[in-house]
Amino acid sequence: MIAGMNEQEMAQRAAAEIRDGSYVNLGIGMPTLVLDFVPAGKTVFFHTENGLLGMGGFAPKGAAHPDLVDAGKQPVTCIKGASFFPSDISFAMMRGGHIDLAIMGAYQVSAKGDLANWTAPGMLPSIGGAMDIAAGTKKIIIMMSHTTKDGKPKLVRELTYPVTGYRCVSMIITNLCVLDVSEKGLVLKELAAGVSVQDVIDNTGALLVIPEKF
Amino acid sequence: MITKAFGDSLGAIHDVGDGAIIMFGGFGLAGIPQNLIRALYEKGTKDLTVISNNPGSRLGDHEYGLAILFKAGRVKKYIGSYPTATRSFKELYDAGKVGLDLVPQGTLAERIRAKGAGIGGFYVKTGAGTLLARDKETRLINGEEYILEQPLGADFAFVKAYKGDLYGNLVYQYTGANFNPLMAMAADITIAEVEELVEPGILDPNTIHTPGIFVQRILKGERYDRWYE
Repeated sequence: MIAGMNEQEMAQRAAAEIRDGSYVNLGIGMPTLVLDFVPAGKTVFFHTENGLLGMGGFAPKGAAHPDLVDAGKQPVTCIKGASFFPSDISFAMMRGGHIDLAIMGAYQVSAKGDLANWTAPGMLPSIGGAMDIAAGTKKIIIMMSHTTKDGKPKLVRELTYPVTGYRCVSMIITNLCVLDVSEKGLVLKELAAGVSVQDVIDNTGALLVIPEKF
Repeated sequence: MITKAFGDSLGAIHDVGDGAIIMFGGFGLAGIPQNLIRALYEKGTKDLTVISNNPGSRLGDHEYGLAILFKAGRVKKYIGSYPTATRSFKELYDAGKVGLDLVPQGTLAERIRAKGAGIGGFYVKTGAGTLLARDKETRLINGEEYILEQPLGADFAFVKAYKGDLYGNLVYQYTGANFNPLMAMAADITIAEVEELVEPGILDPNTIHTPGIFVQRILKGERYDRWYE
């Protein structure tokens, strides 16, 4: 088992993709760690699908308000200059192409950038806002473990799990590496410390484009 | 003077019968009509169709909100986007005791809005080409595939606002709005519970989120649990 990056390092790497002044949606779970790594001096408007632009962070004990939560139903704070709105407006932002970047998890991503993250065989299905993000966001970065718990590749030639959206993923950050999705397929961009090109190949279910520099 | 006010939650839901189709505002526990949910539980109404983003919410080992109706076996069908929010729903679903109509969250919001706004359906990219597009009409618009979605209404909408007046004007706070203003437009009878109920003229007309025309009944909620530490 190759360790590579831990979750914090993956979150830090994802945060480096966030541009100053951008509107960013974070998926529930691991992507919320990105909140801790926004570079100082950058103003970022975090969008949460339940109706907030300008989420601050998780609310400290004693400061939680039952009507101020994020998409993961955790109590949060908001920044100066934040705004609240109902669900139709929130999803207009997502579906209508107004959100600059979404960082979310996945069960599988294909070599074409197809995304599966809403259900798997034997699971009770849940969608939330995943399909809306896939349908409309300008750029989607997937943050996930490179393989399943039992070592099966999550990066695959074709999805075997039900699809969330087609050709919607731009970049993938795993514990082993960073990959770009291109017309030619998955392109290796960076390796995590202590991880070899062969490690990535061995744990990936799709052909990879390996640039000369590796 | 015209007033839409009811004295308590049970009174406001007096005519909600078995088999009713009810929309419940709220996302997680934010903006849920918790007093109306408790009243419906006490009333014993059953065979409900529940439309809500999630079928209640779980915090630690406890489940709150709509979960009490599901656990008591009062719900025959759930229409929403996030059923995995509670363990109780999964148990009922696995046992075949509750039906599920899964709808992407944005599509759920827009279907409800469409019903309230008199729109007969709309084409949306969300879900095109997926399992959820089965049996749905598709159309290529500017080279991209869209699917036709239908409006979604209900017999009753139970909504929660921060403040309201006797004419039914509502103001939400923080992320407590979510589905509430949409559902308020989409049901035959909308019942709003509020933390503060005031005389007409007290709320600034510039700040009203839901105009009173969409609200048939209003009451001051008996009790507001805060859940979080």
